[in-house]
Amino acid sequence: MKLDLTVNGTQVSVETEPTRRLSDVLREDLGLSGTKIGCEAGDCGSCTVLVDGEPANACTTLAGSVQRRTVVTIEGLLDTPEFEALEDTFLDEGAAQCGFCIPGILVSAVKVLRESPEPTEDDILTGLAGNLCRCTGYRKIVQAVKRAGRRDLGGAESPPPGKAVGARVRRVDGIERVRGQARYGDDVAPKECLGIAVVRSPHPFAGFRIGDIGRFLEEHPGVVDVCTARDVPGRNEFGVLPGFEDQPVFAESEARYRGEAVAMIVGAPDVLEQAVAEFPISWEPKPPVLDVDDARRPGAPELHRGRDGNILVEGRVEKGDVAAALESAHVVVEGDFETQFVEHAYIEPEAGYAYRVGDRLVVHVTTQTPYMDRDGIAAILGIEPESVRVVPTAVGGGFGGKLDLSIQPFLALAAWRTGQPVRIRYTRPESMETTTKRHPARIHVRLGVSETGRLLGMDFRGDFNTGAYASWGPTVANRVPIHAGGPYRYDAYRALTAAVHTNGPPAGAFRGFGVPQAAIAQECMLDVAADALGIDPLEFRLQNALTPGDATVTGQVLEGGLGYRDCLEALKPYWEEALEEAAAFNASNDRLRRGVGVAGAWYGCGNTSLPNPSTMKVGLRASGEVVLFQGAMDIGQGSSTVLSQICADALGVPLDAIRCESADTDQTPDAGKTSASRQTFISGNATYLAATQLRRKLLAVAGASEDAALEIRDGQLVVHDRGKTSTVDLAGLAADSDGFVAVEQATYDPPTSPLDELGQGNPYAVYGYGAQLAELVVDLELGTVELIRITAAHDVGRAVNPSLVEGQIQGGIAQGIGLALMEEYVPGRSANLHDYLIPTIGDVPEIRTILVESHDPEGPYGAKGVGEHSLIPTAPAILNAIRHATGVRVHRVPVIPSALRELLRAGGVAVGSGI
Amino acid sequence: MAYLAPTTLDAALQALGEDSWLVVAGGTDVLPAHVGRSLPERVLDISGIDELRGVEVGSDIVRIGALTTWSEIRSHPGLPEALRGLQVAAGTIGARQVQNAGTVGGNLCNASPAADGVPPLLTLDASVELASVQGKRRLSLSDFLLGPRQTALQPGELLTAVEIPVPPADGVAGFSKLGSRAHLVISIVSVASLVRLSPAGTVEDIRLAVASCAPTGKRLSKLERDLRGEELSESLVDQIGPQDLVELSPIDDIRGSAEYRREACVVMVRRLLMEACRR
Ligand SMILES: Cc1cc2nc3c(=O)[nH]c(=O)nc-3n(C[C@H](O)[C@H](O)[C@H](O)COP(=O)(O)OP(=O)(O)OC[C@H]3O[C@@H](n4cnc5c(N)ncnc54)[C@H](O)[C@@H]3O)c2cc1C
Ligand code: FES
Ligand code: FES
Repeated sequence: MKLDLTVNGTQVSVETEPTRRLSDVLREDLGLSGTKIGCEAGDCGSCTVLVDGEPANACTTLAGSVQRRTVVTIEGLLDTPEFEALEDTFLDEGAAQCGFCIPGILVSAVKVLRESPEPTEDDILTGLAGNLCRCTGYRKIVQAVKRAGRRDLGGAESPPPGKAVGARVRRVDGIERVRGQARYGDDVAPKECLGIAVVRSPHPFAGFRIGDIGRFLEEHPGVVDVCTARDVPGRNEFGVLPGFEDQPVFAESEARYRGEAVAMIVGAPDVLEQAVAEFPISWEPKPPVLDVDDARRPGAPELHRGRDGNILVEGRVEKGDVAAALESAHVVVEGDFETQFVEHAYIEPEAGYAYRVGDRLVVHVTTQTPYMDRDGIAAILGIEPESVRVVPTAVGGGFGGKLDLSIQPFLALAAWRTGQPVRIRYTRPESMETTTKRHPARIHVRLGVSETGRLLGMDFRGDFNTGAYASWGPTVANRVPIHAGGPYRYDAYRALTAAVHTNGPPAGAFRGFGVPQAAIAQECMLDVAADALGIDPLEFRLQNALTPGDATVTGQVLEGGLGYRDCLEALKPYWEEALEEAAAFNASNDRLRRGVGVAGAWYGCGNTSLPNPSTMKVGLRASGEVVLFQGAMDIGQGSSTVLSQICADALGVPLDAIRCESADTDQTPDAGKTSASRQTFISGNATYLAATQLRRKLLAVAGASEDAALEIRDGQLVVHDRGKTSTVDLAGLAADSDGFVAVEQATYDPPTSPLDELGQGNPYAVYGYGAQLAELVVDLELGTVELIRITAAHDVGRAVNPSLVEGQIQGGIAQGIGLALMEEYVPGRSANLHDYLIPTIGDVPEIRTILVESHDPEGPYGAKGVGEHSLIPTAPAILNAIRHATGVRVHRVPVIPSALRELLRAGGVAVGSGI
Repeated sequence: MAYLAPTTLDAALQALGEDSWLVVAGGTDVLPAHVGRSLPERVLDISGIDELRGVEVGSDIVRIGALTTWSEIRSHPGLPEALRGLQVAAGTIGARQVQNAGTVGGNLCNASPAADGVPPLLTLDASVELASVQGKRRLSLSDFLLGPRQTALQPGELLTAVEIPVPPADGVAGFSKLGSRAHLVISIVSVASLVRLSPAGTVEDIRLAVASCAPTGKRLSKLERDLRGEELSESLVDQIGPQDLVELSPIDDIRGSAEYRREACVVMVRRLLMEACRR
């Protein structure tokens, strides 16, 4: 059908199927890729456009229905006064992180400003309620829209040389993200690509037989290739940890989780749907192993040969005699806790494109870890890693979920075998069903305290449902025992964990690697103990907090960079005020109860006791351009900006002199994966070293001393040394084949030591700390929780970019809110963003962020990571506040209204604890 | 693949009389149900039939065209007070993008047990107008909704309008929705009320309806009967309990337990009544 419409002010005419989604027509036929696709179900708002001036989701709009109507996309708003103001305030606030949701949000925000030029908070919340963002926690977005309304614009000044670290500079890649011009996984493929459809198990556990593929191919002329386990040229097994490559690209005879791939069909995009439906396969479902108890039951099916009792890995940290410590305790409290599968729900689903050039393969993909992707793909294809080039696209959020291979093997095999360019984008249900999850945990904790409130011993036992394959299960099993005590001193401690296989989706890495689950148990038990002793929960934490010179439960003695006490102290005035407000509120309310809760956290940055290097390269061209080869994937958290800031200061040049060359395994050295809150710390150190080396080299060229000031302008190196200025003409220096007159590369690997069999040693070189305070109101009759405010104090060592750090904290808090109150992935039931609920803009309350700077001796300029730390205290702080408000102990999250009401009904002592 | 986008009701009915089609109005239920799948072979896009759009406020009937969007209802400046609950409900359906596209007709024909448009319309004794080439017929909304995804719509028929007999002006209408998050949420329970009190405070007329607690939205007829003629007071309202909600048959699902739904429904009814009492 010929579709005539006005798009962004221009009359266009497109020949298209009228029953396609408008989002597809805009993106594919009109090249307007600022309209993003996150769900195709109206749930996320990333496809928001204006139809006849009103916001609509392009994904739920039939192309035929906009015949002769007017459509405006983000591209059509760029020159409007509303957008210009919003662009400025969004950049200034740091309101865009990964940026994937941002075009949709800005379309909605333009509409808000058109309706109410100076919008109130309510106007903004209502206007943006249909747009999900998984990164930011929304607060900076709200602020940016308010400021745009007031025309309170920021200046985009650059800090003076040497002052980039610590400055609230704008993201170096911000403009393209705000304008909808950043190219994500689904934005890079050329028009003519073959499509890929994956045949998947509809059962959690089933044997299967594949029928006659030759005949299938004959009957489906548009199908170019079919690939099953037999056709994988290299190893039909992958994984993220050496020795744990247990996940097949295609199951061989048995599928171990719902959604597991068994075959792939490559062909013209329009034949795939039918081809998958008609794929010759028969299934023999078996009773699945659903949870940890099921898996450990004698006689349970063994999901992986050699993993007795379905146990993948066990972890242990043990210090002192915990039985004796609990025996001698004045009070022993104990509790059981349970968490569920949690979905990353990045708004960008997995997407990418690949093509073969002779004996090499090029893969463009949204990923957190280009080098691991490269090596994994090479092993599957049975070729050398150097034969694979991975060029990451912009990444629309990851949170740990884009560390494992997902679409990569399919893209690689399809392009390799057919020799044609191929493309794939997971649907939202496919993304949710088949990629990793946060581990559901079953935890038992016993905690013993002395009469005066000293923590004597903790006995922790945690079973983590690691699903069908290993993924990052071993990491979780090993990281949790180290962290399960929290940032406190214990005389004796024992933490035992197990990662246990079930027929659930593979549980992998998700912001915190199991520590958030453990912290729920541990921080809630601290409150129970404080209560039993009649001690104020904040005082109790202060009394037991690790302080410099203390040894951790692994025997690591911490000296510098330990700001946990400072975080707690920073919360104190707010804590006292909040308690008073709660008491006053509760005195005059009987159906609503207000509560205040506190919780703390610590988190080791980087791999646990394993090598974890990052390599960075900095080069200077004769033109004077400084290029930072930035292989540390910026998945929205801001590593490109932070590393540029470090580079600028270490080199001694202004920030805008630095250009970031983004990750490409052919170009950038391996900076390691973006996980474990390691990039600022580890890649930051590598950047610092490389830039410092480059600086020394340049000073040597100019014959200047170490503390000379250095300038690069008009192709000249200008050096001011002890009152004298000398210049070196850069064009006069010999350039290498890449055009660099000077280039330096440096590697940093944090100093850690292996843990012994009792888990003793120095697993991390740097730890971050934080504490949060949650204030909320519980509706006793409905079991609903209304958050009033979160106050978060985090020791970030040094805030290289305070705006970005705040963004990380607020985003982590939003995910912590989800973990506590609403998020539960049930395989086969909630594989969409309609039934799987993540916080909307109305679910994140005011957040007060306090940055504590302890100047870590190991971190670059004293900085350390914060990406994961921020999520950990939120859920326990909320649960502690619920308990304070109602007296009810929550032991299972998410505590949805129905669940909280049930607890209130059973144990509803509507009195607070002894505070 | 056939696609038809008629601009008149007659043309649409003609097509429906000849063949079976998947009707699409705002598409906000249909398209999400087809993620990763193409639409069926024959699609009848009725979104261009202007005569089915808009609200007519008459002296005794308010007629809402099937294609009227939730946004139009939400922000309509001239609706009688009794429709305030419907307007509040309109503002809770998804968010702006959904309200701008989603239609009242689609909400009713989709027949989700959780449809938020249903409780207020039930309290208004709304009826639906159904049209086919054979002509028009009218059904009360409660007769139209048969079960989850089931309606009395016959092959060849379109829902053309919702008609509401305007109740006396002094009724107080309310709507309240409970979900696990602030926006974009399927109701765990939603409740609508319409109450008229005498100057002395006795209940002259009362209508209560609930969604997400039965295969379709339901009126709470027993409770209405029990309260009619009573003096509305806090102590009376506090006596309302689950035993009064005989029409409900809630189920356990991931959004909440059956028991919780009953209990929450009681609380929400009480609160709406107290609100009516205060106004
Ligand atoms: C993100 C999101 C959030 C939502 N939130 C809510 C919510 O909070 N509460 C709620 O109740 N709903 C919600 N919905 C569902 C939906 O938006 C509403 O039900 C809406 O009113 C449907 O209208 P529509 O015009 O889009 O229907 P369509 O999708 O076009 O059609 C729905 C069904 O009705 C049929 N149909 C439509 N019009 C007619 C007609 N005139 N005659 C005969 N058959 C017809 C169609 O064939 C189809 O079966 C939500 C949807 C989304 C995507
Ligand atoms: S709402 Fe359209 S893609 Fe999510
Ligand atoms: S910035 Fe909103 S989803 Fe990433």
